[in-house]
Amino acid sequence: MTTTPINPSQTATQPDSLGRFGQFGGKYVPETLMPALSELETAYQRYKNDPEFLEELNALLRDYVGRANPLYFAERLTAHYGKPDGTGPQIYLKREDLNHTGAHKINNALGQALLARRMGKQRIIAETGAGQHGVATATVCARFGLDCVIYMGVQDMERQALNVFRMRLMGATVQPVEAGTGTLKDATSEAIRDWVTNVETTHYILGSVAGPHPYPMMVRDFHGVIGQETREQCQEKWGGLPDILLACVGGGSNAMGLFYEFVRDASVRLIGVEAAGEGEGTLKHAATLTKGRPGVLHGAMSYLLQDEEGQVTEAHSISAGLDYPGVGPEHSYLKDSQRAEYYSVTDAEAVEAFQRLSRLEGIIPALETSHAFAYLETLCPTLEGSPRIVINCSGRGDKDVQTVAKYLEGNG
Amino acid sequence: MPTVSDCFSKLRAKGQCALIPFITAGDPDLDTTAKALEVLDQAGADIIELGVPYSDPLADGPTIQAAATRALKRGIKLEQVLQVVQSVQGKIAAPIVLFTYYNPIFYRGIEQFLDQVAAAGVKGLVVPDLPLEEAEGLLIPAKERGIEVVLLVAPTSPRERVEAIAQKSQGFIYLVSVTGVTGTRTEVASKVKDLLPNLRAVTDKPIGVGFGISQPEHAQQVKNWGADAVIVGSAFVQRLATGKPEEGLKAIAEFCQNLKSVISV
Repeated sequence: MTTTPINPSQTATQPDSLGRFGQFGGKYVPETLMPALSELETAYQRYKNDPEFLEELNALLRDYVGRANPLYFAERLTAHYGKPDGTGPQIYLKREDLNHTGAHKINNALGQALLARRMGKQRIIAETGAGQHGVATATVCARFGLDCVIYMGVQDMERQALNVFRMRLMGATVQPVEAGTGTLKDATSEAIRDWVTNVETTHYILGSVAGPHPYPMMVRDFHGVIGQETREQCQEKWGGLPDILLACVGGGSNAMGLFYEFVRDASVRLIGVEAAGEGEGTLKHAATLTKGRPGVLHGAMSYLLQDEEGQVTEAHSISAGLDYPGVGPEHSYLKDSQRAEYYSVTDAEAVEAFQRLSRLEGIIPALETSHAFAYLETLCPTLEGSPRIVINCSGRGDKDVQTVAKYLEGNG
Repeated sequence: MPTVSDCFSKLRAKGQCALIPFITAGDPDLDTTAKALEVLDQAGADIIELGVPYSDPLADGPTIQAAATRALKRGIKLEQVLQVVQSVQGKIAAPIVLFTYYNPIFYRGIEQFLDQVAAAGVKGLVVPDLPLEEAEGLLIPAKERGIEVVLLVAPTSPRERVEAIAQKSQGFIYLVSVTGVTGTRTEVASKVKDLLPNLRAVTDKPIGVGFGISQPEHAQQVKNWGADAVIVGSAFVQRLATGKPEEGLKAIAEFCQNLKSVISV
């Protein structure tokens, strides 16, 4: 297998030396962590083009994760959105759900674990919302014999009990976080406090394109393989570019992984879909980019859900992985520079899409991923001709069946 | 009310170490906060750090997190905290330093925030999630309004950073004694003994040591190692939050006197 650099030089935006994408990003962390962030950045810069590192990473991505995963033509979903005149969008799924552990999260967890080993850190911590990043991290820690502590909100532990069991099965300690709403925001804060305390021995595998520099850049690059494979597969299938890329956005890692490769291809529309929870007009949503204002959370400046006092407000989504009041800074940059578009769909719309994809394609998507599928309902009627849409099918939905069953019972 | 720097100059002339207690504003309520400021001032506090409750206090351990959560549940707002600061002007001698995370400052707008806190009589700011690289935009406009922004040095900070931080810090330099968050610990990290002279070698500004100092013996230890100020937070917050407000006030008064007497020896 060839050892392509993680971050091909022809690709687009790089953060500046302070880790800023325009006004967004940066490093807003306690002084104690500043040297660790510099150390991490130095290590990342050193290894990201190192042939030995890339060879190990790529071999594991192939043999352990199962990459490259397919770009699948969703025939019946395409027919569902077809117009009477025979035109209509051609819908393809980038099958990240077929990765080992069932989601895209492993791309980054694996990359960071290899980095941590080279930095001599034997203890790994991570935060998790839906549990997919926690599972991915527990998995790579088991694979490399690293000590692993996963911070998870108590509410999320309840709604994602299956993933809690999986993490423990692989030898990780799952640390319940009761603060706040007991969701991803609180778990992330607690993971950062652990890192402040144990920074000399511990690497923090942050699971999204959020947090202080260099995380947004590094996590994006480790997921960049999604977009790179997509480009090649589009080339193979129809000899061109996709017209539209569609992905769900919580922190935004699967979307950034797909988008980044295509940021410079002006003809490609980039669309991110956030969680509107019970509706944007209510207080119970997680539509950070659509409804938030710039602010600082977990070490980065980005769009943020906050009140009139600058206090971070509670997000809400049926999907634990999107239930976060912040978003990765590069998404804020892509929004303000109008390179990408961001919309939101409600819990109800996501649950409908969850069922629709299951029935039409025999693929049960994660609730997070279902948000991207739900937006097809709004998007498809507006499209002319037969544009090619690639949706990041970022995770599988086995973990969500109980949540959906309960939701349908309550709303049926 | 004198500035933080004035306060240190006076103490230095007398060869004294400053005592800086920390309390969270609005816990258990704003009346008690106002009374606590007066009580601490009378009980020997030289400077008082007043914490503005925040939803995501990354640098704080369980005690101060819980105090902030309680205060926010009561609906405490920055303006109310500043009214308390204003209400004690002329009544207390100790300058007040506001401890606040960055987002509430940024949300309001740096200039507007500084105008408001300056008008209330705040003399200094500690912003624990604003490291040197991000602090520039706050340091200059604060200085113009007579507010000193205190920067933090950590045990993990390499020498070049320590120098740069020491150079930019105003009022004093906040030396974080532990690799970790705020909260009481059974002993003071012995590392402080080495950190203090290293910091002293690059600056003549006053040095305050905080995080994890909770007992008179700790305070004495830190003073003997050469600190210009001892900062005690969670131990005060805990005492003030225990029992009825009058009991809490009595407890912090005694504790403050105790601390002051051991570092005045």
